[in-house]
Amino acid sequence: MYTQALDTHGKEPVAAAAGESAAHALRFQSRVDADEKIEPKDWMPDAYRQTLIRQISQHAHSEIVGMLPEGNWITRAPSLRRKAVLIAKVQDEGGHGMYLYSAAETLGVTRDQLFEQLLSGVAKYSSIFNYPTLTWADVGAIGWLVDGAAIMNQIPICRCSYGPYARAMVRICKEESFHQRQGFEIMLTLAQGTPAQRLMAQEALNRWWWPSIMMFGPSDGESKHTAQSMRWKIKRFSNDELRQKFIDVTVPQAHFLGLTIPDAQLRWDEATQHYIGGPIDWSEFNAVLKGNGPCNRERLQARRTAWEAGRWVREAASAHAAKSAARTTQAA
Amino acid sequence: MSPAVATAARADRALNEALLRYVLRLGDTSLVLGQRLGEWVGHAPTLEEDLGLANLALDLIGQARLLLTYAGEIEGRERDEDALAYLRDAPEFFNLALAEQPNGDFGCTIVRQWLLDAWQLEIYAGLQESTDSRLAAIAAKALKETRYHYRFSSGWLVRLGDGTAESHERVQRAVDQLWRFTSELFAPDEVDERMASAGIAPSLSTAEVRWSAHMDEDLRAATLKRPAAQPYPWHGKRGVHTEHLGYVLAEMQHLQRTYPGARW
Repeated sequence: MYTQALDTHGKEPVAAAAGESAAHALRFQSRVDADEKIEPKDWMPDAYRQTLIRQISQHAHSEIVGMLPEGNWITRAPSLRRKAVLIAKVQDEGGHGMYLYSAAETLGVTRDQLFEQLLSGVAKYSSIFNYPTLTWADVGAIGWLVDGAAIMNQIPICRCSYGPYARAMVRICKEESFHQRQGFEIMLTLAQGTPAQRLMAQEALNRWWWPSIMMFGPSDGESKHTAQSMRWKIKRFSNDELRQKFIDVTVPQAHFLGLTIPDAQLRWDEATQHYIGGPIDWSEFNAVLKGNGPCNRERLQARRTAWEAGRWVREAASAHAAKSAARTTQAA
Repeated sequence: MSPAVATAARADRALNEALLRYVLRLGDTSLVLGQRLGEWVGHAPTLEEDLGLANLALDLIGQARLLLTYAGEIEGRERDEDALAYLRDAPEFFNLALAEQPNGDFGCTIVRQWLLDAWQLEIYAGLQESTDSRLAAIAAKALKETRYHYRFSSGWLVRLGDGTAESHERVQRAVDQLWRFTSELFAPDEVDERMASAGIAPSLSTAEVRWSAHMDEDLRAATLKRPAAQPYPWHGKRGVHTEHLGYVLAEMQHLQRTYPGARW
């Protein structure tokens, strides 16, 4: 899964802070322009480093908070096959979190520091995970729509200028694409099922459609970091371009499922060859971003509870490691 | 039908019924334990442990699927893995009662896992030699997974036992609380005896000796005390469960029960 609105937080980055040599900065930009990968030990502008730390850690946080809404259905998955697939999927999300925290660590922060920012509410994660999973169909809708939107966002990041992030994304994208197909398959089974199952699928689409298209973040005019991130090749397409691509791909899939996109104004535009939808209610997006979504408190509380309840376990592991090391030294 | 043929047919039927019961015990134990571990996903003490517990859950659900599918074939009433998992009530489940015990804290989950991993290790190792080739194949696959599970759970038992004063106290309490459920693991009944004499399943007394040696070795490394053997009056493998299983099943079976006949 992925985090939207990565570029709506924090301060506007500056290309080169005072004291950074202009020659370094020029050489850095020419390497980026030549599509060379920037590696952890290479010189980089501080603002580039900070932008990446913020973006990669938000992405990592989104993966691990994203384990919660789907994990909510593991014990209730309606068949053993679905249960196994869902466990594997949620486990993949945790794995994505791990690669991403590792990629962020190459920039000089620790996972514990980043975790602390998540638990204290300083760091953001994708708002989409602040919505509840009320029925089994929500698990299908998340795979189909949320992972589908994630793929649109993430494929370009496989070519991001920062090497460790780009490489992590290659693997993540392969797994996301599998998740998206699984989600679509759940929706297809429901859509071809009993009237109650079809209703369940339609209601899930109603719940997840607008939050999914908001995942791409504010419209280009409102998004303050897009231009600099594009120059640095951290970002390659604008929010609106990616959102349009997602809508164009997804609407025919909904038609195939026999489901209705909950947007009365949605139409095919012959001139532009795009589906054009009605206006997005950004007040909802902003409310969720500010912490007033349906599950913001629950998600953060679940992460804090797990972290607190696990403290004695982590302390035990450290204590045992120290004792073992001392015994080895003593024996030597 | 001659009396001799009729006797043989009866014996076959009895053996088949015992085999069905035996395979359900194995499958239900994996299923219920996997279901319990599934409750952890997203809530573990570290990200690594989240992935580890999910891995265990996934393997156990995988084992349950193979075993329940086989049970359905032995039974011959066209019940597949899902019919067996989702449409039986607690008295028709034959898992070991230990598997259904609540997760408790991480230490409690680890102790439950360690006790059952060491049990599965011996049972699957024995079943690899089974005269029943299907069971032997399932066991060979499951044994590889179980070796990893046991490494995970015994590793954590040692870390927690030999960690801090708090972790030592917590994990010793879990051992003390769960130990009574181990009396069921190796107490043979007529099903176990029939399986052992047909060469289908390993003898429980041999398995117990090896299991017990693992217990002593791990407890020593973890600086924990082995509780005295305690007789325990309930027997999950005969369908006599603790109060917990009903809730596990209510949650697991909710969709299948609410929407009868739907395909998922």
